[in-house]
Amino acid sequence: MANSSFLGHVHYVVTSNPVTLMAMTLFAIIVLTAILGPSLVAYDPLATTSQALEPPTWQHWFGTDHLGRDVFSRVVVATRLDLMISVSAVLLSFVVGASLGGIAGYWGGWLDSTLGRMLDTIMAFPLFVLAMGIVAASGNTIQNVVIATAIINLPFYARVARAEVVVRRQSGWVLAAQLAGNGPWRILFGRVLPNALPPMMVQISLNMGWAILNAAGLSFIGLGVRAPTAEWGIMVAEGAGYIVSGEWWLVIFPGGALMLAVFTFNLLGDGLRDIFDPQRRT
Amino acid sequence: MGRVLVVFKRVMQAIPTIVGIVIITFLLTRALPGDPAAFFAGPAATPESIAEIRQQLGLDQPLPVQFGRYLLDLTRGDLGQSMTTGQPVMAELIRRLPASLELTLVALLLSMVIALPLGILAATHQDTWIDQVCRFVVTAGVSLPTFFTGLLLVYVFYFLLGWSPPPLGRLDILYLPPTQVTGFYLIDALIAGEFDVFWSALKQLALPAITLALFTLAPLARMTRASMLQSLASDYVRTARACGLSYGKVLRTYALRNALLPVITTLGMVFSFSLGANVLVEKVFSWPGIGSFAIEALVASDYAAVQGFVLAMALLFVVLNLCVDLVYTLVDPRVKIDG
Repeated sequence: MANSSFLGHVHYVVTSNPVTLMAMTLFAIIVLTAILGPSLVAYDPLATTSQALEPPTWQHWFGTDHLGRDVFSRVVVATRLDLMISVSAVLLSFVVGASLGGIAGYWGGWLDSTLGRMLDTIMAFPLFVLAMGIVAASGNTIQNVVIATAIINLPFYARVARAEVVVRRQSGWVLAAQLAGNGPWRILFGRVLPNALPPMMVQISLNMGWAILNAAGLSFIGLGVRAPTAEWGIMVAEGAGYIVSGEWWLVIFPGGALMLAVFTFNLLGDGLRDIFDPQRRT
Repeated sequence: MGRVLVVFKRVMQAIPTIVGIVIITFLLTRALPGDPAAFFAGPAATPESIAEIRQQLGLDQPLPVQFGRYLLDLTRGDLGQSMTTGQPVMAELIRRLPASLELTLVALLLSMVIALPLGILAATHQDTWIDQVCRFVVTAGVSLPTFFTGLLLVYVFYFLLGWSPPPLGRLDILYLPPTQVTGFYLIDALIAGEFDVFWSALKQLALPAITLALFTLAPLARMTRASMLQSLASDYVRTARACGLSYGKVLRTYALRNALLPVITTLGMVFSFSLGANVLVEKVFSWPGIGSFAIEALVASDYAAVQGFVLAMALLFVVLNLCVDLVYTLVDPRVKIDG
C-alpha cells in the first residue's frame, strides 16, 4: 500500500479545493461542539427564567425563548443529540444495508431477487412518509426515529454494496482467494466489502445530511424527541408560532445550525468523492 | 399497436408494487409492538372493554384472516374511522387531497420552470459565474430544511415586508371558497369568474409553493446540468454543428431533447421528496391538506388515520411515477424496441 501517496493525494485535494478544506474545518467544529457541548455553554439549556422572549444581547447571544431559556446554550447542546441520531441511523443503515447488498450481490439468484423486491417496495413509498408511518406504528421514541431513518436509507446502501460486489465477484483476486481455500463469508466480509468501501464512504457522507434533515423533520412534526429536550427540529417547531409576531431568533438560530450541519456534510461528501474516486469528479 | 402494448405492460408492472405497499401498510399497524385495541379504547379503558374492542376490530383473528378482512375493507374504500374527527378516514382524505395536490403540483411546475433554464444555462456556460451560481443554489437547496425555509419566508414576506397574507390556510377569511369543481381553488375561482378569490388564493399559495419548489429545485437543476453537459459533448451535437446548423437550433432540437430524458427519470425521486416535504410545509402554513391531517392524527395516536394517510401517499406516488414512465415511453422511441 502506497500510504504516503494516498496522504499526498488527500493533501492535494484539500489544498486545491478550498471548499473541501472549509467543509473539513466545519466538520471538525461540529464534532467538537457535539463532544464538548454542555461544558461550553454558560447557561443550563433547560433552566427557565423570567426573561422570556428577549432578543439577542451580549448576555444571551441568541436571545431567550418563550420560557426564558438561553437559545445559544440550547442550540450548542442540541448538536450532540442531533448528530447522535443521524450518525447511529446512518451507521445502522450502512451495516445492515452493506451486508444485505453484499450477500445479494455475491450469491445472486433468488436471494438477490428477493432483496431487490424488498428494496423496491421500500422505495415505492415517499420515504419521509414511510418514516412517519414507522414511527407512528412502533411508538414515538428517539430509538424508533433512528430505526425509521435507518430503514428509509437502507435501499441506497444496499444498492451501492450490491453493485460494487457484483463487479468484484468474478475478479482474479477473488478467484485466487477461493483457490486458497477461503470460505465465501470470509471472502465477502474480509476482502470484497472492504474493497468496496470507498464508494460507500461517499454514499455515507452524502446521506448523512439527508439523515439529519429527516430526523429533524420528524421531530419538527412532534415525533421522537420530547418537549423540554434541546434538539434543533423541535426548537424550530417551538419557535414557529412566534415568527409571525417577529421573534425571529427562536427559529433562525436552531434552523441555521441545522442548515450548517447539513451543508457541511453535503460539501464533505463532494470532497470525499474527490479523494476516493478521482475519476467521478465533476 | 406496439406502443399501446408497452403502456399496458408498464401499467401491469405497477400491480406488484401496489401489493407490496398494501402489505407493508397492513404490517405497520398489526405486526409491530403496541396494541391498537388499547389505543382505540382510550386511556380510561378496562381490560374487558379492550377485549371487546379487539373482538370488534377482528384483532383476535389470526394475521392472514385480518389481512383478508383489511383487503375486503380496502376494496370497499373503507379505511376505518378517524378518532380525532369522528369521520371516515377515506372521506377526510378525499376532502383534503385537492389542497395538497394543488400545492404540490404548483410547486413542481414552479420548480421545473426555474430548474430547467438554470441547468441549461449552467451547462452552456460551464465554469463561468452562472455555473457557480447554479452550483451554489443546488447545494443550498438540498441543505435547507423545508420547514426552516418556510418560516424564513414567512418572516421576510409577512412580518418584515407585509407583502404576503398570514400563513393560515388556503384562503383569506374574508372570502368563501369557490364552488367546487376540481377542488383546486385557483381553477375553481377562475371557472366561477371570481377574480378576487383567485387573487387571494394565489397570494396564500405563493409562499408554501415557493418553499416546496426551492427544495425540489436542486435535484432537477443538477440533473439537467449533468445530462445537458453530456449531450452537448456527444457526437450527434458535433455532427449537427459541423453540418452548419445554428447554435440555437442545435441546442433546442438536438441537445435539449436528448438531455430531457434523464431529467424525466429523476422526477420519480423528486416526487418522493416533494410528497414528504409537503407534510412539513403544510404544517408551517396551516395548509388544510392531508399532511396536516396526518400530523394531527400522529399527535393523537390516531392509528387508522395515519395508516390511511401513508397508504394514500404511497398510492399517489405510484400513480405519479406511472405517469412519468408513460410520458417517458411516449417521448422516447427506443423504449418501444427495448420493451
